[in-house]
Amino acid sequence: MKYLLVEDNHELANAICSRIKFDGHVIDHADKLEDAIAYSNTGEYDLIFLDIMLPDGDGRSFLKHHRDQKKDTPIIVLTARSQVSDRISLLDLGADDYVTKPFDHAELQARCRAVLRRKAGTAQTILQFGDVAFNPLAGQLSIRDKMVNLRNRELRLFELLLNARGQIFSKQKLIDRLFSLDEDVSENAIEVYVGRLRKHLEDTSLKISTHRSLGYRLDDD
Amino acid sequence: MRYIIVLVLIFITYSLNAEEWEDQRIFSSGSTNQTLRILSSTDTSFFEPILKSYLVDNPATKIEYLVTGTASLDKIFRNTPEKYDLVISSAMDLQLKLVNDGFAIKIQDSNHPSWAKWRKSLFAFTIEPAAIVINKRAFANQKIPQSRQDLIKALRSRSKFFQNRLGTYDVRKSGLGYLFATQDARTSETYWRLMEVMGGLGTQLYCCSGDMIDDLISGKIAVAYNVLSSYAGARKKVSDEIEIILPADFPTTMMRTAMVSKLAPNVENAKNFMLHLLKTQLKPADKNNYTLPPLLLKPGQQTIILEPALMTYLDKLKRQTFIKEWERAIIQ
Amino acid sequence: MTNTVRISGSLRNRLMITLISGSAILGIILFFIVRGYATQIAQDGQDNILKASLSSILDAATIQDGLVEVDFPYASLSMLDTDLDDRVFYAIYQDGILLSGYKGLPAPSSLTGETRTFQTIKYKGTFARVANANRILVGERGRIEISVSVAQTQDDLSRTLNSISKNVAVFGAGFFILVAALSYLATSTTINPLMRLAASIKKRGPKDLSPFEKEIPSEMVPLVSSLNRLMGRLDLSLKQSEDFIAEAAHRVRTPLATVRSYADATLQRVSKSENREALRSMVRAIDEASRAASQLLDHAMITFRTDHLQKEYIDLIDLVQDLALRLSPIAEMKDVKILVNHKNPVEIHGDFILIQNAIRNLIDNALKYSPNEAIIKISVGSEPTPYLKIHDEGPGFPPDDIQNLTLRFTRGKNANGIIGSGLGLTIAKDVANAHNGRLEIFNHKKGGACAILSF
Repeated sequence: MKYLLVEDNHELANAICSRIKFDGHVIDHADKLEDAIAYSNTGEYDLIFLDIMLPDGDGRSFLKHHRDQKKDTPIIVLTARSQVSDRISLLDLGADDYVTKPFDHAELQARCRAVLRRKAGTAQTILQFGDVAFNPLAGQLSIRDKMVNLRNRELRLFELLLNARGQIFSKQKLIDRLFSLDEDVSENAIEVYVGRLRKHLEDTSLKISTHRSLGYRLDDD
Repeated sequence: MRYIIVLVLIFITYSLNAEEWEDQRIFSSGSTNQTLRILSSTDTSFFEPILKSYLVDNPATKIEYLVTGTASLDKIFRNTPEKYDLVISSAMDLQLKLVNDGFAIKIQDSNHPSWAKWRKSLFAFTIEPAAIVINKRAFANQKIPQSRQDLIKALRSRSKFFQNRLGTYDVRKSGLGYLFATQDARTSETYWRLMEVMGGLGTQLYCCSGDMIDDLISGKIAVAYNVLSSYAGARKKVSDEIEIILPADFPTTMMRTAMVSKLAPNVENAKNFMLHLLKTQLKPADKNNYTLPPLLLKPGQQTIILEPALMTYLDKLKRQTFIKEWERAIIQ
Repeated sequence: MTNTVRISGSLRNRLMITLISGSAILGIILFFIVRGYATQIAQDGQDNILKASLSSILDAATIQDGLVEVDFPYASLSMLDTDLDDRVFYAIYQDGILLSGYKGLPAPSSLTGETRTFQTIKYKGTFARVANANRILVGERGRIEISVSVAQTQDDLSRTLNSISKNVAVFGAGFFILVAALSYLATSTTINPLMRLAASIKKRGPKDLSPFEKEIPSEMVPLVSSLNRLMGRLDLSLKQSEDFIAEAAHRVRTPLATVRSYADATLQRVSKSENREALRSMVRAIDEASRAASQLLDHAMITFRTDHLQKEYIDLIDLVQDLALRLSPIAEMKDVKILVNHKNPVEIHGDFILIQNAIRNLIDNALKYSPNEAIIKISVGSEPTPYLKIHDEGPGFPPDDIQNLTLRFTRGKNANGIIGSGLGLTIAKDVANAHNGRLEIFNHKKGGACAILSF
């Protein structure tokens, strides 16, 4: 995925960028309106994170400019204003969603997925592994042309393991990635999700192996 | 009456005040601590029932009843008003002048008719017309005169018979006589004609009604003019010799009046007596018990009005003029 | 917020007192003028009678044989008779020497020609009006001056005057009462616009700082225009302070976001469990702070707004579905499903922002307390009145203090570990009340919390 972050606070921008990159995505950062417009004109982004208060103008004018140019790149607004009226006006101006600072990274990711899924109709990327076909944007998994109904966490576990095939994930790491930070989750929960996913992937070329005291790994035969 | 009133009758042979009283009597019902002094021109016999009835309700009071003529009464009272509680007189003009001169106190009495009082001080309590009284024998077989004109005719027709057999008040001595004379003169010229006729026949002059009626009964005189009908009536009960005629042309009607002295020694008691007197005189039901005529105005009857004009003939000049004219008519 | 107002009298009372005391003074003046006039007329009446009496006595004076005779008629004194039997005094003088009548009456000073005078004197302990006149008679022995005084007490006059005074006093009192009543009316009429202004300001919501635009009497223009200016300034400063609060929130939120993001990122690299726990605690604290700030701002906004509802027609189903969609990413994180159940369209008349906020808080609560892979059922209906019911599969409200949960900053005892400020239910309840509706919360028989918002 390729993201554009428009945020004037460099500290926050660094933190967001490092978190996004950790998930294996590409992210560009613009710290003012002028740069943001330039970036969005040249690069093809899957999604834009937009701060509203910018030193050379209001994020809302970027939104307007963006929609005026008929660009359909989804925009998630990062706002420090929590009031209902502010939020509603943002949506009216064409933002796809918003998160209020400070935000949970898991929530941001969830909102990204939701937004992307809604826009998925246009560009289709399907990853094929033997009998298994996966559409990452729509979050759809089909095995032998049959849609598999995965729960959100199963899907994200699968996505996580698939994106880093052959890499072992510790249970702790999986919890960090799958659950919100304010949830108290035991390692057993991971075992339950891994067990369910294994069952779906039975008789396919994709296998989840257990590495005692280390974690789990997805292998492609 | 529940108990017997002890009537103490004292004849006084001499007067402590050197006054010449016609009568002086004390009424008392025993234990007494207050003496009500009444100065009056009314004969004691007329007042006795009222005095007695007052004593029934006020046993602690002693009443000293002093009788004198109206003119001397006026003089005595003016000289020593502090000695008397009540003043009763038939001379309305003199009484009114006493009140006008400030000798009386006011008494609140709402029942008494307004025409019978003046300044709430002077109260009238009888109605008494002046009458022509005749000796019946003198008019045997003769038409009895009913008016002054009738009398003039009768006198003229039998002038020899009536020579020196006529009587009337000496207005110079009697206050009541003067009042009657002036009121007659004020009302009609007939008065003067009558006086001239009477003067021509020779008329006896009296100070008081009593003497006049005495002479009438005895036959010494045949006609008395302007006699108080009440006195004559009282005497008629005893002797049937006389006839009382109220002149049909105009009866001169007097009201006996009473007042309480401003300097009265027993003001409250005097006031009570006054109220008692007025109450009794306004109640004609008890007529038989009392000898005083009640304060009862017959329909159409008029009295001498209680008004300041009564003082007119008390004026020195007016009196001189009137007496002069009267003397000219009656004393020839 | 009750400040003590320093009171210095009442405008109404002051006006009333001025008008009433004015009318009282007028009444008294009127009384004295009328009484004075009546006194003069009555006195003139008495003087005329005294004059007539005097003339009749003087006219009767003649010289007979060189002597003065005054044969005055009965009517001379008769005409002085009055209802109250006033006392009468007279005196006749010849060349200043008392000829007849009362002593001590003022004798007229010897004057040439005929004159008449009137005076009031004290005589025999009472006040009397005396008329004097004289006349010259010419006899054989020369000129003789006859003078006469006639006096009458004033009992009847006083009674007449007293009765006039009484009538005038009654009239004056009536006049006074009438004027007092009119004063009251006039005062009320004058004060009314002020009262209306006060009432209309009182009726306003705390955020209504618009200028007063109704028509007012010209005298009130300075007051109302300064009031409008004051409200203008207040409005401006209120807006500025609101902006300031929002700005402050913004300033705080951005660094908080930085810290949270770093914590998030760091957590991915740290494996030592005590470090991880510290980071997680930090993240929770930040979340708690930001949520509390949001809800406080929301609550303040709602408090202001409930006094000044901006009503419109709202499709409740649309609103709920949109909210469910907005919240679905968060629901998905826990594999929670939000099912919106409805049959017929439900429309309500209310303030969109307030109602959206209330429902959002209720769904937020349901989401927070829902276990993984649970279902939140929302049903919307219009019978008997428009309502919205949210039923989750969480642990339910603590039965002990279910009544207190809608109070400010009260959180359920089972809220441990769940981030919240305790204002969510309060906001929902306040919004319901502002729309004459109600919020019911209870635990479902088959488990889970139930909240019904009805309008």
